[in-house]
Amino acid sequence: MQKKRPVNLNLFTIRFPITAISSILHRISGVILFFSIVFLLYVLQQSLASADSFAAIQTTLSQPVARFFTWVVLSAVAFHAIAGVRHLFMDMGYGEGKDSGRLGAYLVIIFSILVIVALGVRLW
Amino acid sequence: MVKRVLSSTALGRTGVSDWLVQRVSALIMLAYVVFMLGFYLGHSSIDFGTWHGLFASTWMRVFNVLLLLSVLGHAWIGIWTVLTDYVKCAYLRGTLQILIILGFLACLVWGIQIFWV
Repeated sequence: MQKKRPVNLNLFTIRFPITAISSILHRISGVILFFSIVFLLYVLQQSLASADSFAAIQTTLSQPVARFFTWVVLSAVAFHAIAGVRHLFMDMGYGEGKDSGRLGAYLVIIFSILVIVALGVRLW
Repeated sequence: MVKRVLSSTALGRTGVSDWLVQRVSALIMLAYVVFMLGFYLGHSSIDFGTWHGLFASTWMRVFNVLLLLSVLGHAWIGIWTVLTDYVKCAYLRGTLQILIILGFLACLVWGIQIFWV
């Protein structure tokens, strides 16, 4: 067996194709959403408990830090949903080729950026 | 040969089952997001009465329980995959999986309690 085989495991030396970037962002946004489940349930509980707690949670969420986290969570929802729709299209046989797959990944990222910017504009 | 132990904590026990659950739950969540976006855009301002009134209706309670089941099932399949990819130690992975399942069951009960306002 050849002793010195070429090894390239340093991920930072690899230039990722757009499809890989879309894929890892889908995974990262999913993990963010996993961690946000408890917080979102808490916010929902406070918003529904009484008129007072509704006003209180509204005040809390308008703080700059809370506003930023709201934007992160909504952005994760947006990206995960848009990338998910691409998966549904691929399940139906669309966008599975090399070129069409790249096009799909580009569309997901461009459309997501537009939605995420719009969310930011609305929140601030 | 595929190791049996790998799928023993998967939601549907098989990849095809998980694949289907992931798609059906995704469609339910997508419908919910579109609905909420429509509700938000359809109201110039949302006060407590409007918000509470929306969640008090029976169909919304059903929709919310469907959403919560979808979120937890979908998240479980996703997190199971992530843990299987990155956590190599079987004991640690198993422990994390059990803790997350217990947390999700707690969230399910808590969520249903929230929805019956």
